[in-house]
Amino acid sequence: MTTFAVRPGSSRQLAGTGTLLRFALRRDRLMIPVWIAVNALMVLSMPNTLEGLYGTPAERADLIRQMETNSSLRAMVGPVFGDSLGALTAWRAGVYAGALAAVMSLLVVVRHTRDEEESGRQELVASGMVGRRASLTAALLAAAVANGVLALLLTAGLAGQGTAGALALGLGIAGVGMVFATMAAIVAQLTESARLARGLTAAVLGAAFVLRAAGDSATDDGSSVLTWVSPLGWLENLRPYADERWWVLALLAGAALVQGAVAYGLAGRRDLGMSFLPTRPGPATGRLGSAGALAWRLQRGGVLGWSIGFLLAGIVYGGMTEGAADLVGDNENARRIFERMGGRSGLTDAFLASMVGMLGLVAALYIVASVLRLNGEETSGRAEPVLANAVGRLRWAAGHLVIAFGGSTLIMLLAGLGLAAGYGRETGPILGACLVQLPAIWVIGGLAVLLHGLLPRAAAAAWGVAGAVLLIGWVGPALDVPQAVLDLSPFGHLPKLPGGSMEWGPVVVLTGLAVALVAAGLAGLRRRDMIT
Amino acid sequence: MTKAITVSGLHKSFGRTHALDGLDLEVASGEVHGFLGPNGSGKSTTIRVLLGLLRADSGAAQVLGHDPWTDAVEVHRRIAYVPGDVTLWRNLSGGEVIDLYGRLRGGLDPRRRAELIERFELDPTKKGRTYSKGNRQKVALVAAFASDVDLLILDEPTSGLDPLMEEVFQRCVAEERDRGRTILLSSHILSEVEELCDRVSIIRKGRTVESGSLADLRHLTRTSVVAELAGPPDGLAGLPGVHDLDVQGRRVRLQVDTDGLDAVLRSLSESGVRSLTSTPPTLEELFLRHYQDEAAAR
Repeated sequence: MTTFAVRPGSSRQLAGTGTLLRFALRRDRLMIPVWIAVNALMVLSMPNTLEGLYGTPAERADLIRQMETNSSLRAMVGPVFGDSLGALTAWRAGVYAGALAAVMSLLVVVRHTRDEEESGRQELVASGMVGRRASLTAALLAAAVANGVLALLLTAGLAGQGTAGALALGLGIAGVGMVFATMAAIVAQLTESARLARGLTAAVLGAAFVLRAAGDSATDDGSSVLTWVSPLGWLENLRPYADERWWVLALLAGAALVQGAVAYGLAGRRDLGMSFLPTRPGPATGRLGSAGALAWRLQRGGVLGWSIGFLLAGIVYGGMTEGAADLVGDNENARRIFERMGGRSGLTDAFLASMVGMLGLVAALYIVASVLRLNGEETSGRAEPVLANAVGRLRWAAGHLVIAFGGSTLIMLLAGLGLAAGYGRETGPILGACLVQLPAIWVIGGLAVLLHGLLPRAAAAAWGVAGAVLLIGWVGPALDVPQAVLDLSPFGHLPKLPGGSMEWGPVVVLTGLAVALVAAGLAGLRRRDMIT
Repeated sequence: MTKAITVSGLHKSFGRTHALDGLDLEVASGEVHGFLGPNGSGKSTTIRVLLGLLRADSGAAQVLGHDPWTDAVEVHRRIAYVPGDVTLWRNLSGGEVIDLYGRLRGGLDPRRRAELIERFELDPTKKGRTYSKGNRQKVALVAAFASDVDLLILDEPTSGLDPLMEEVFQRCVAEERDRGRTILLSSHILSEVEELCDRVSIIRKGRTVESGSLADLRHLTRTSVVAELAGPPDGLAGLPGVHDLDVQGRRVRLQVDTDGLDAVLRSLSESGVRSLTSTPPTLEELFLRHYQDEAAAR
């Protein structure tokens, strides 16, 4: 069904959309506001931060000159189109805010389409007075509401820097969100698994980021073809606060509409629960013979993805180290921030150390996700028959924990190899710096084990811990947060390497703490009832 | 006769809910033991204690001579378990799961595995997500029946199976019994229980209310009698074990405990019997009596 022409009964295709939309928004009453708040806070705090970093016209001219000559930095944040605070905000935050809006949108859409079908809940809903197109429409409208509110907040919040630019940036970011909402709607028709639908849409977002980055490293005004094929590149080429090109908004709107029409077309041609990429049959006999092998089979895809991501991120950061250090070297305030994050040493070392620290923080997310697979297996009821076999709880848990703790070591090693390869020097010190992050990562992992062992129903709180640590690590140094707060994060106690001096004290203490947390968690797991 | 399972005075609470309230259960080696009770009466909780997944608050449980909590792995080596709602990994095929479970129990017989897959008409190449409810049950059933174990614990194992597959299941259970295996079968399907079980235990609100062979239990229930007499009945009301007596002229309806049947028949024949219908107790009535008692007590 590719046309929207009125036909008998077609007015009923949307029956129930309003109810489903209210239901979707109610289910997302926490998730959507948090995503909007984080996004808006990041963008709206930017003028203040930038004012501090680039307060004088000379500093801004310097920045623009640097960005014109430094292609690796342009790849990361894009070109600068003006020297007003608004233009700098759009430069520094625009692409990232767009990407955040895209992630929020794809999560919302998949959650209310494929997720519902996969779980079987949709079947019950669809048997009610619900039109054939109502679910997809409600999911897209929920994403539209979220992006609309975000655009409103951004426009209102940045109006002080100029209304036209604020409106352009707000609409542009929301537009990117809707492009990926409709993209997710298409992918959700193609795959049977919601997890795969999320992964594929996120991969498209990653590709859009890479294309924009490649285009921006080639040209300094966003005019590369590569930039123009990426929705994130459109956002940049909308040029908020620098003679806005309003017509670019039509590209975003057009792409969203066309993709939406495709999604409706596909949805109309398939049965509920089915997909265009059907699940392939598997082997009739299996070779899995132990709880450990099962854990590896369940987690190997994740380990592979994180490994590739960390290796590539390492290579990219390593490659831009020299240039970044040059740029930072000219700016007193930026240097101060880097030194707080990376230690007082040579600027390249400080930059490397802050990148290593970033990757360590992200690796904390990996370890939480990996440890909590235990929780997912248990609450879904899949662990019960496994444990009813001759498999002890500790052996069952050990399979996943080896992957969680060993995998974090692996991805940090790969990040180090990538950084060293990209930078071309200091392989030993960089690898050492990456490994020094591990005790802090393991403490977060240990907390997740503890939560799963003692409070299995509240184990998701480990995500909150990882998020808080991430926030402290990313935002703390730039915002002059008191040291006492920075000290709450295990990462705050690590020596700043490379460049700083190695301190064994915190490394040993954190490792011991991680071991104690894991041991306590496992002891709890042995003693408690399994939950279903 | 040795006992495969002995449970006495088992208590288990979840917060303020008393799931098990002094439950007793004995399963002899080599028997098929039916485990019955209304929804929420504690059957699955008992089974999860027997599997060492839950720790009882008090009371004793022994499975194959071991404590299921402390010696879980030792016990599980000789047990196969089929839950009532099988969840599978979306990206593993049914065949892979069968082999995984088999290996985790210490191996399974490949010939028997192939035979069972054919009898249950299961496609082992499909991935977990694409199986229907009944087919997910079959995956767990094949894995259980193909394993070389001493005790099968089946928790409403046939939910979602069609009648043909239900028959295959019953034949498999009978075969397992003939091989000397012990089976604890929790079920709501009375024909299944009547067909398969040597003994049954009925539980209610976390307590065992009846336990014994089906013949024993039938003994506990009532026969209904309808009779047309030659003269007016006399003295029926005073007989022990007579319930729901309804006399209309020469027509008599009554329910009588099995112990009182003889006396009732004597009394009826004294008045001269013109016609007599007596309906023996069915398992269904037995259950309904226990289940409805609970409904009334609520």
